[in-house]
Amino acid sequence: MNDGILALDAASLAAAVRSGEVTAVEVVETYLAQISVQEPEVGAFLSIDAEAAISAAAALDRARESGEELGPLAGVPVALKDNLCTTGFPTTAASRILEGWIPPYNATVVDRVLAAGGIAIGKTNLDEFAMGSSTENSGYKITRNPHDLDRVPGGSSGGSAAAVVSRMALLALGSDTGGSIRQPASLTGIVGLKPTYGRVSRYGLLAFASSLDQIGPMAATVKDAALMAEVIFGHDPMDATSLAVPVPALVDGIEGGVRSLRIGLVSNLLEVAAPAVAAAVERAAAALAGEGATVETVAIPELSLGLPAYYVVAPAEASSNLARYDGVRYGFRGEGATAEEMMVSSRSEGFGAEVKRRIMLGTYALSAGYYDAFYLRAQRVRSLVRSAFQEAYSRFDLLLSPTSPTTAFKIGERSDDPVEMYRSDVCTIPSNLSGDPAISVPFGKEGGLPIGVQLMGPALAEERLLRAAYALEAGWSGE
Amino acid sequence: MGEWEAVIGLEVHTELRTATKLFCGCPNAFGVEPNTSVCPVCLGLPGSLPVLNAKAVELAITVGLALSSRIQPSQFHRKNYFYPDMPKDYQISQYDVPVNAGGAVALRSGKVVGIVRAHLEEDTGKLVHRGGGGRIGGAEYSLIDYNRSGVPLLEIVSEPEISSAEEAKEYVSELRAILVATGASDGRMEEGSLRVDANVSVRPSGSAELRTRVEIKNVNSLRSLGRAIGYEIERQIAVYEGGGSILQQTRHFDEASGETLPLRAKEEANDYRYFPEPDLPPISPLPAEVERIASELPLLPAGRRSRLFELVEGASPDQVEVAIAEEVWPYVTASIDFGVAPELVLARAANELVALIGDAGLLTPLRFAEVVALEERFSPSQVKLLLKGAVGFDGTVEELVARVGLSSSGAEDARAMIKEVVEANPEEWGRFVAGDAKVGGFLLGQVMRKFGRAISGAQARAALDELASGAAGE
Repeated sequence: MNDGILALDAASLAAAVRSGEVTAVEVVETYLAQISVQEPEVGAFLSIDAEAAISAAAALDRARESGEELGPLAGVPVALKDNLCTTGFPTTAASRILEGWIPPYNATVVDRVLAAGGIAIGKTNLDEFAMGSSTENSGYKITRNPHDLDRVPGGSSGGSAAAVVSRMALLALGSDTGGSIRQPASLTGIVGLKPTYGRVSRYGLLAFASSLDQIGPMAATVKDAALMAEVIFGHDPMDATSLAVPVPALVDGIEGGVRSLRIGLVSNLLEVAAPAVAAAVERAAAALAGEGATVETVAIPELSLGLPAYYVVAPAEASSNLARYDGVRYGFRGEGATAEEMMVSSRSEGFGAEVKRRIMLGTYALSAGYYDAFYLRAQRVRSLVRSAFQEAYSRFDLLLSPTSPTTAFKIGERSDDPVEMYRSDVCTIPSNLSGDPAISVPFGKEGGLPIGVQLMGPALAEERLLRAAYALEAGWSGE
Repeated sequence: MGEWEAVIGLEVHTELRTATKLFCGCPNAFGVEPNTSVCPVCLGLPGSLPVLNAKAVELAITVGLALSSRIQPSQFHRKNYFYPDMPKDYQISQYDVPVNAGGAVALRSGKVVGIVRAHLEEDTGKLVHRGGGGRIGGAEYSLIDYNRSGVPLLEIVSEPEISSAEEAKEYVSELRAILVATGASDGRMEEGSLRVDANVSVRPSGSAELRTRVEIKNVNSLRSLGRAIGYEIERQIAVYEGGGSILQQTRHFDEASGETLPLRAKEEANDYRYFPEPDLPPISPLPAEVERIASELPLLPAGRRSRLFELVEGASPDQVEVAIAEEVWPYVTASIDFGVAPELVLARAANELVALIGDAGLLTPLRFAEVVALEERFSPSQVKLLLKGAVGFDGTVEELVARVGLSSSGAEDARAMIKEVVEANPEEWGRFVAGDAKVGGFLLGQVMRKFGRAISGAQARAALDELASGAAGE
């Protein structure tokens, strides 16, 4: 039965739990057994609460027995990125400055997953405050890529990606500020969706860059990602940037195909990719064309300007968002004879190097005398990216590109060169700047390492994106 | 002063009278147990997000309209600086595009002080320092109460067009009256719901230059404001006359010594790194909404003043000021509407009413009007007695008169009046006695038209019912 449980996708597993074919407790025990084998090698989690997971599962089973209708994620083990507030687990954003902090409230997405019957199995590792592309910047531990334990799983949602690909969780939530869902999905061979900005409530997400952050699903299959998206999408009055638009059906119709879709293959993003990655993207283009889409190559040079603009806007917002970690109210408190000294030592000792680097970059970019040259100029570039996308989406239904320029790199390989590390996000950043949705779906392998391709679409086009991603998934044999 | 003149600009912060805070649903409560009116949002907990209180925007626009400001689409910014009373270590405030731009306050003297802007922002928490004289520098430890954190503030910035301590007081008192009249603020300086910072500089009389200004904080009353500004003007003149120069600094008014003292030993140049608040979409008030607010704007102090001066030629300005005060005005309008002579209303409001106003909850404006109207039957001194007796008394006016010992025949008089009206309207009376309650209103109207000055509605009603029940029993 255990292998049977692990083989089920989220919809089938939830259906089996709803019908009583398997119990939620059996499911959770199976996944906990899987965790006990995989986790020591992979290191995906920052906290796991087996007891709480089993008792939540038991409560679900009792509810079913008493005739209650269970939700669409009934009994599905879900891993939560550790920058999402949870009352049941510490929430640290992988930072020492929040060691042991337990929030008094759940993030809206967490409540929605739990209300749908999902079981929170644990909190996953990330680059500290989601700043990084390898999960090496965690203040606690390194997470390894299950495909090759010497390599990174990508980041910043590397723990969530590693948990899903090693079947320690069936679904996971990540957050994506510049590619933090899609790039690790690509490097671990899973599906990662960054929804339209405002589709998913950010309430309870520890902010990195508020105008770019978006929570999204990570899953083994496109259909599972769609199922999770249906659960977490929708307006939330607690988030003023949340969109008050209806949630479309995403799972129904996902097999509708790509016939007559106009797809643009973004040549300038293809050029930055390693040959094997570029080849996989071209094969994906051919596969889509084979399914009846019209594929055309298009250059959108403005998208390449996204990277420098992002590395001004994101640190600027982060420098302000991370100001509250000052040792006064919660988390780590350093020594100091005065309030000011205490704040300085708390922040100096509590934050890691990459976080401090970005706070300094952002503080500089917002400072008097530099604001116009950096922040305002970056905002102008952002508008440029947005209008370039707009123009492209007037001619194409979707755009196709690599997700990451390379496959998973070795642990430590890029640690000494932040700028090289930043380049990991060159293909994913533009959709964050425009606020549009994008998805990474596995399409090929190179030397045993997964390659993801990225589909990008206009605002609120998630249904179309998932449909095309599903067609790609079906069109790739697995090797 | 003579060769010197002062240039003063005021920043008035007022807490807005909303039920809840600016960005969360916590009660906007004063004087409750510390740290009980708080939630993840106003504590700035990781992951929390602000959601704008629409009522605060409406009150801000109300004030803007009352100040003749331009109501414009606006945007929140983050003002970044570290301080323990500020849970996010940034304040959400408005910066280059405030909700209200421009405007003016006309003082009683006729002088008009320009308004630069009136913008929304959130209040900080409150620090209490223990030990070391209650100042942060020498304190042994400090306590923080976040109940005030996130309370909506409107910051009203004047042009530097005020030229004396006296004028500054006049400006604040007029502005305060406007804020209270619009319902935006309770205007209580002593509770900190109205706070004033003064920017003061001096220059040679007649010159147009703007010299280095000093900001004075911590003035908790109009009197202190006057004292602080007066002291600061003299200090600056003395410094210049002694050949010195003024440092741009923030000074703190010391209530005990009457001096202004530098707040910090070392003045730091603040760089607040303002940038647009990404968690809040811009505010774009709809023209129809602004029109609705404008149409609901109450009569403002200046309007009240001119209405009274129109009604009473040569009215005493002091009496008028009393009459237009927020707590007195409803009594004045109720009495004038009731038909009492305005001169009489002003006199009674300024003398007797003010003495009773502490018990005002027990004296309704209508009751005040009824009693003041009796002045045609009684002497002024008797009416004063009646007013005192009316506090907390809910019987009829005639019963009041009887109670105060000025009449024993109130009820009999009422019966006589009713009888007179009933005899003049026999048909209606018959229907009323037969049970047609609607005709009662007509009969009562007749009584009031004829004897309205001498009898209250409730009294007439009671006598009418009494007579009818007697008639039905026959």
